[in-house]
Amino acid sequence: MSYDVSKIRNDFPILGEEIYGNPLVYLDNGASAQKPRAVIDAIGNTYEHEYANVHRGVHYMSQKATDAMENARETVRSFLNAADAREIIFVRGATEGINLVASSWAEMELRSGDEIILTEMEHHSNIVPWQFVRDRTGAVIKVAPISDDGELLMDEFEKLLSPRTRLVAVTHISNALGTVVPVAEIIRMAHDHGAKVLIDGCQAVPHMQIDVQALDADFYVFSGHKLYGPSGIGILYGKADLLNAMRPYHGGGEMINTVSFEESTFAELPFKFEAGTPHIAGAIALGAAVDYVTGIGLENIAAHESELLAYATEQLREINSVGLIGTAPEKAAILSFNLDDIHPHDVGTILDREGIAVRTGHHCAQPVMDRFDVAATVRASFGLYNTRQEVDALVASLRRVQEIFGA
Amino acid sequence: MNDLRDLYQDVILDHSKNPRNEGRPENPGHEAKGNNPLCGDKITVYVTVDDGVLKDIRFEARGCAISVASASMMSELAKGKSAEDVRAMFDDFHEAVTSKEPVAPEEVEKLDKLAALIGVREFPMRVKCATLPWHTMASAIDDSTQEVTTE
Repeated sequence: MSYDVSKIRNDFPILGEEIYGNPLVYLDNGASAQKPRAVIDAIGNTYEHEYANVHRGVHYMSQKATDAMENARETVRSFLNAADAREIIFVRGATEGINLVASSWAEMELRSGDEIILTEMEHHSNIVPWQFVRDRTGAVIKVAPISDDGELLMDEFEKLLSPRTRLVAVTHISNALGTVVPVAEIIRMAHDHGAKVLIDGCQAVPHMQIDVQALDADFYVFSGHKLYGPSGIGILYGKADLLNAMRPYHGGGEMINTVSFEESTFAELPFKFEAGTPHIAGAIALGAAVDYVTGIGLENIAAHESELLAYATEQLREINSVGLIGTAPEKAAILSFNLDDIHPHDVGTILDREGIAVRTGHHCAQPVMDRFDVAATVRASFGLYNTRQEVDALVASLRRVQEIFGA
Repeated sequence: MNDLRDLYQDVILDHSKNPRNEGRPENPGHEAKGNNPLCGDKITVYVTVDDGVLKDIRFEARGCAISVASASMMSELAKGKSAEDVRAMFDDFHEAVTSKEPVAPEEVEKLDKLAALIGVREFPMRVKCATLPWHTMASAIDDSTQEVTTE
């Protein structure tokens, strides 16, 4: 089956926008992805035809909305190959998912001196919540180092595992470097030491098939907005026995069974962790996003992006003073780089005027920037609708930056 | 593309590549640090104030071309002026780069070399890059110990 990127692009209304008179070249998918018509329509359709508060009502519209939302939950279950839909918790995004595990699992379980292992590559959302845990429980954070290529040093990681390791929290794919992390192996090693593993799958789910049972992941999180779904919705997957043992995260309606002023009892999974009225349309539209992506086929998307990555890497390497950061042998279609000694912010501004959207800065990964001794990088991150012509536009624009700076 | 040429003029590129008054002085008088966490611009400004006059001003900066150029131009213009005059210059500059109104010709003249930076107003995301060195200098003059941040 050939990949018809033009046809795919037609599915995304925003790709027709013009930026300062130039066509939009959207290369910031690592920060957030654009939405296909199917997802946009799912939001509108919900509010136009099947909206009411969920789970509580006896009326038809409430039932319809509930069914639509629970269908979306089942869609995500299947997408991740989770054993049970009760293991799929709707949250605001990966950040909330991680905070939920930190608060409801780690703060309960960890004692002073227990160890949490992170990596140098983590996004701030997979660092800061664990610092809160450390401050509240006296647990210790150890950091697994990366090579100059941006690969996780597995020997060094192994050395960090100890009888006191309780949790390993690691990214599946680094948002700053593009490195694909061997999480299956990490999970096996962590489990051998009796530790649980949380995987940050934000950059992974749009680019590769995830099977949480095959991985044997304890917790897996991702955000909807990077998967061509709406912002404000995300997923926490957790093994049922873990989630069942955890205390609730937020209290309120929906997550209760009975309430009196003396005592309240709590709902079963998944609702125990879904307090208050959820982002109903968001959940439904996330289901539509999953359907859209699986409709194209993740293998096909991965193949397309892999080609783009190879082409873009080759083209960028031809520009003399491009310094690529993140050169692991196994990478997602993310290119972080610096151009001469021109500050990324200046590069980004000039690219912006030509309609090219890249991200500049520390990418919510200041430790990675420190590791490579840079303040910031320019990051181009590709998605299922990007093209070789867009890579060409990026390269041409970078040469223009060099002209302006007399480099 | 005119806009870009307005922002990245030769004088700005020159100042960003060859910043004037760069480097930590031997006897720093007052110093203040400034930081733009969104893009990684960092600056330290050192001022020596004698009898209300800026006898010396130096800076160390790691950041984008706009912030370094602004710091460099600022240091050239501020040196030898009274603290009051420097503050007035800052107000004029801040007004020029943040205002929605076109800048009057007399204002442009008053701004002297800084007029080159007026183009930054077409780039709202970059205004903070241009004003950070000034905020930091003001903080140094006031001998404040709190780090200046754009956020």
